[in-house]
Amino acid sequence: MMRRLIWLSVVVALVIAYPLLFSTPFQQRLGALVLLYAIAASAWNIVGGYAGQVSVGHVVFFGCGAYAAMGSYTHFGLSPLVGIPAGIVVAVAIAAIIGGPTLRLSGHYFSMATIAVAETARLIVTNTTWLGAAVGLSGPTVPRNVFDLSFVSAMPYYYLFLAVLVITLAITWWMTNSRMGFYLRAIKDSERAARSLGAPAARTKLYAYMLSAGLTSVAGALYAMMFGFVDPESGLGILISVKILIMAALGGAGLLFGPLVGAAILVPLEELSNSLLGGKGAGLTFVVYGAIIVLISRFQPGGLLALALRLWERRGKAGGAATSAEAGHAS
Amino acid sequence: MSFFLVQVIVGGLLLGAVYALFSSGLTLVWGMMNIVNFAHGDFVMLGMYVAFVVFSVFGVGPAAGAPLAALVLATLGVIVYFALIRHIMKGPMLAQILGTFGLALLLRYSVFWWFGANFLSLPNNLVGGTYDIFGLRIEASRLLAGIVALLVTLGLHLLLTRTSLGSKMLAVAEDSTAAQLMGIRPDTMQAIAWAIAAGATGLAGALIATFFYIVPTVGETLGIVAFVTVSLGGFGSVPGALVAGLMIGVIESVSGYLIGAVYKDIVVYVVFLLFLWFRPQGLMGKA
Repeated sequence: MMRRLIWLSVVVALVIAYPLLFSTPFQQRLGALVLLYAIAASAWNIVGGYAGQVSVGHVVFFGCGAYAAMGSYTHFGLSPLVGIPAGIVVAVAIAAIIGGPTLRLSGHYFSMATIAVAETARLIVTNTTWLGAAVGLSGPTVPRNVFDLSFVSAMPYYYLFLAVLVITLAITWWMTNSRMGFYLRAIKDSERAARSLGAPAARTKLYAYMLSAGLTSVAGALYAMMFGFVDPESGLGILISVKILIMAALGGAGLLFGPLVGAAILVPLEELSNSLLGGKGAGLTFVVYGAIIVLISRFQPGGLLALALRLWERRGKAGGAATSAEAGHAS
Repeated sequence: MSFFLVQVIVGGLLLGAVYALFSSGLTLVWGMMNIVNFAHGDFVMLGMYVAFVVFSVFGVGPAAGAPLAALVLATLGVIVYFALIRHIMKGPMLAQILGTFGLALLLRYSVFWWFGANFLSLPNNLVGGTYDIFGLRIEASRLLAGIVALLVTLGLHLLLTRTSLGSKMLAVAEDSTAAQLMGIRPDTMQAIAWAIAAGATGLAGALIATFFYIVPTVGETLGIVAFVTVSLGGFGSVPGALVAGLMIGVIESVSGYLIGAVYKDIVVYVVFLLFLWFRPQGLMGKA
């Protein structure tokens, strides 16, 4: 227990000090991006990992946040920050509407339905002038004040994203230890059994979906603020969904820190291959992504963190009840 | 009914037959192994690129390109089955989805990396000219694709229902342990199913390559078309896929003609969602 605490505090200290230790713009930006994707992947984890409903359409909610943030500036001259609550409201509303009929679908059907929803949204937005059509919407080119959240350095973004990630993980942790978390685990193991024992399966899944949607939209809003624009590809492209899903699955779906681990591996990989290989790298990055996912699904479906926790336990001491409990959930 | 509309419907039926052909591959592996191949559309894309390479290297059209594409993809199907599918088949759902999704990315972006993101196309006089049938103008390439696709889909149905190979595959789909006790190797049958499914996509890809745009991401759209078709037609059913494929082809063409080409995909997705939402019980298979 003591050793775990020491390790944990070392990791926390490193995460807090990262932009000071690695202070080049590239490194700071990289750190911020890792945290950003960790937020999105952690949000996905609530419904994809804990509830076992593999959504491939989460980019819809990501897009809600991104478009709300940029839209509040473009159309109303407000700070993109105003877009965050607006995006949450829209995302949760969409989740509530499509969640009802979609969550009734099991397994692959659910995944396919979410893809269809996301692609429909992308096509509609691409053809809607008010939302910038194919060009997209931009944020303030020159920040008017600090509330425009438009910084040259990536450092402020890093700490902002870190704060949001901590909140996201805290919510997730609270959820897993609440009645809802127990319901979700029961549903994931066997929805029929959970239902027959009186767990309100439909309602619980819907709540998880809405919670996940709201948090994902925050990630989308933060993304748009950092990049200063959003277009149908960067805000609603299916590849964003795929990236989010893959990060969670690589790290360990259904584990609290799984998505963070996944993001910390894949984001640097993508940025490095993009900067080393230039324009041609974009294709190659996804080739590598694809290969990694295939290998993970083939050899380590529980994710890397689950593997690490298992190895840790095998070493005998340390580990303890908490770890084994968490590893148990993953499998 | 306006004359143009008839023309549009005929075009939709011809394209729909090709949809039916590659969707029957998806429905076969789905029905037999209860696994959904998210890379299915990308298999079709590979078929298109095989046809393109065959043309640009040897200068020959679909007469050589289509069988070759079917062969190449069938081989790929067997490799994919033994290297990936048989290992993730019994695994958790997330692993199944990730496995075939990863495969989709791998194929799509390997092609992207190699050929670039440019739209390629085969010369449109490759399959000669346009026919005039009762005043309807039909491009020969579309006619050829539609008719071949229709015949092969029907052939596939006969193969599954009228031959001993088909019965063996059906037996494995029903109960693979029992089939094994009868002296049928489930592994072999499932590998054959993957070869047939992937071969059908290769053939379909090579057929539409003569008049479709060729681009690495085309598999995304075609994959969704295949899902829609299979969901409408009922999983595991080749005749269902045929009817649904023709329907989707017509819906797509007519909505493209009536409300604009950019909205035709939206219409297909919405039909899909409405079907999933309001008639899921008919689609859920064994539940």
